[in-house]
Amino acid sequence: MSGGLRWVVWGFVSTVVLTALLSGSQRMRLTRLDLPFLLGTLVTPDRDRAKLYGLGLHLVAGMVFSGLYVAVFIAWGRASWWLGGLLGMLHAGFVLMLLLPSLPAVHPRMATESQDPTDVRTLEPPGFLALHYGTRTPLVALAAHVAFGAMLGALYGA
Amino acid sequence: MRPARIQDHAVIGDGHSAALVSRDGGVVWLCWPRFDSPSLFAAILDAEAGGGFWLSPEAPARVSREYLPDTNVLRTRFETDDGVLVVTDLMPIHDTRGGETQPERELLRCVHCERGEVTLLARYAPRPDFGRARPSLRDGGRLGWRLEHAGWLYTLLTDVPLTPASEGELRGRARLRSGARAHFSLTMTDVGPAVLPPLGRRAWERVDHTAMTWRRWAARCRYDGPYREAVVRSALALKLLTFGPSGAVVAAATTSLPEVPGGASNWDYRFCWVRDASFTARAFLGLGYEAEAESFVTWLLRATWLTQPRMSVLYDVYGRNRPDEEEVPGLRGYAGSRPVRVGNAAATQQQLDSYGEVIDAVAQLIRHGGALARDELRMLLRLGEYIMKMWDAPDEGIWEPRGGRWPHTFSRLSCWMALDRLLELHGRGAFRGLRVPAEHLRGVREQLWEELRTRAWNRQLRSYVRILDGDDVDADLLLMAWYGFEDACSERMRCTDQRIVTRLGARGGLLFRNEDDLRAGEGAFGICGFWRVVLLARQEGAGRDAAERLFVQQLAHANDLGLLAEEVAPETGDALGNFPQALSHVGLISAALELEATRPWQGALGGPGEEARP
Repeated sequence: MSGGLRWVVWGFVSTVVLTALLSGSQRMRLTRLDLPFLLGTLVTPDRDRAKLYGLGLHLVAGMVFSGLYVAVFIAWGRASWWLGGLLGMLHAGFVLMLLLPSLPAVHPRMATESQDPTDVRTLEPPGFLALHYGTRTPLVALAAHVAFGAMLGALYGA
Repeated sequence: MRPARIQDHAVIGDGHSAALVSRDGGVVWLCWPRFDSPSLFAAILDAEAGGGFWLSPEAPARVSREYLPDTNVLRTRFETDDGVLVVTDLMPIHDTRGGETQPERELLRCVHCERGEVTLLARYAPRPDFGRARPSLRDGGRLGWRLEHAGWLYTLLTDVPLTPASEGELRGRARLRSGARAHFSLTMTDVGPAVLPPLGRRAWERVDHTAMTWRRWAARCRYDGPYREAVVRSALALKLLTFGPSGAVVAAATTSLPEVPGGASNWDYRFCWVRDASFTARAFLGLGYEAEAESFVTWLLRATWLTQPRMSVLYDVYGRNRPDEEEVPGLRGYAGSRPVRVGNAAATQQQLDSYGEVIDAVAQLIRHGGALARDELRMLLRLGEYIMKMWDAPDEGIWEPRGGRWPHTFSRLSCWMALDRLLELHGRGAFRGLRVPAEHLRGVREQLWEELRTRAWNRQLRSYVRILDGDDVDADLLLMAWYGFEDACSERMRCTDQRIVTRLGARGGLLFRNEDDLRAGEGAFGICGFWRVVLLARQEGAGRDAAERLFVQQLAHANDLGLLAEEVAPETGDALGNFPQALSHVGLISAALELEATRPWQGALGGPGEEARP
């Protein structure tokens, strides 16, 4: 397989696994974070459609991030599960400490910590490390992203 | 302190879950996210440990309440010496066309000072998992008060300042002048981000939208007789007890409200009983709610699919077997009625009458133009084969006592009905090329007929009896005419009716189910009085007039909002058992429909008229 094809195939597989791990964690009550719902409400207020659209958005985002992983693998001239896992840690840190906390500024339906109760924006903001979605949320997100990176690194490097 | 009477509660809901609201402004029962989930508020079962959510004026008040017309939106009016406070309670039906994301579940309480100046007291004491958990409440500032338990987040948003009063409890106080409003929105979710619905004007928009949606649904009711108000209320109650995603109808919104005050007959009714199928389908179809009937029958066939040809007595709203039953020792029970039970072990009983109920429900749907898939038709035939094998086995019977198996007349009657309906469907060509053992069906039906005519009839007593060769009667025998086994005007039916009234009758036209209930000190059973109305309505002349009078008597046993419990204590008129009870409301609807169907033309013009209106 060419490098491009390997990125597309293994990037997609790893993203599906990441999505499944996050969804499974939510179903197992380890966290309330439902990434497809969170992303889908960027484009629709409808709960059911949001989960579907959000799934699509998450898969697209996963492909973009896996492209960044692959770029790093190419730059370092090697790819392995531990290297991928390391990148997964950085990825999780980025999502938890930068991406999610800044979401209320751009999400059209997300409330802010300071908004008036009569404000029409109704989605609960994630808070620091997304702790508003449950105290185990950072751990779950970290584990899922490390698994994503490790899997991508192992498969891409094989 | 004497607890509020069962009939002093109102019910609100959203087709997933239901809450009971007491006259003193307390939400004293709420299970989220589904009817059969653990409770968040269970003060009705234990004022201390159960938890609740109270809104009321500080000063003593005269209380009146009503549903907004043709809705399940409750309005409680507190009239104090200084002013009038109105609390509007509902579980909103959200407008999906709007630009707002809807919360998974919401309990909305809107307060309005109608006149004068009133001090509002608020007390919020959530106790998840039947009071077994007491997690701490966190102040999320403008994002509301948060409580997390077992992966679920409960958020209370309000514009009234609340402060922690004791562990796991918030209290607030607000002085409201005429025209002032206050809002409380309690939501629950296991999804992050949670949706935090807006308050203020947007909260009242949800009230309006919910009321409009319920009114639109109620307007589809085809019944146009003199008891329309009671019938529509019953239809609304039935719809509240219907689980929207599956079409299943739970028997009641509660668990463990006692059949005997202070006693141990406390059962969990937050499940769907197969034996209620025929009655429920008939009620929905009779009122013109064909989609609800079809959805319910489809759920029924799906639920029984995995266990066929043997059926469980009850299933949960998703059609899963729920044989587990546990006691909750931490709750003292309503008026000390212990134990409080969660789950229902009756699920594993053998109740042969269930088979007849399912097949009759399907037959009714097909009569109304419904169609079944080939697999479902095959399943019906398998049920028929099972009945042909099992009809003479003893069973626990329709009332599911836990005292062993007996040859119940009613179970035989239901088996007879099942075979009769299968043959009817065969005659209509419903089985489309499937092999139907018609001769065998006919043969067993004749055997059942013979056995019921001989062994279920007691010559000395001149009545049909509850158990073959026995000498007790049971109110379920009133259904012999309804099921088409006996003519309502036949000598045997009239004698049986009289014997039932003599032995089981109580004040106010009430009927006990059987002599066991009398011995146990239980109340009279809600639906039995309505069954008798149906029987009398089919007897021409004096019988029909008596039916009309009896029906009006039965209506008097509903509470001020038109809601019925499972049972009524004849001496006090107090409601007993789980509340509100779907089967009692199904009985009311069936009886009203029967009175309409048998109303003489003259009667329709000048019959009971306005005077008979409840």
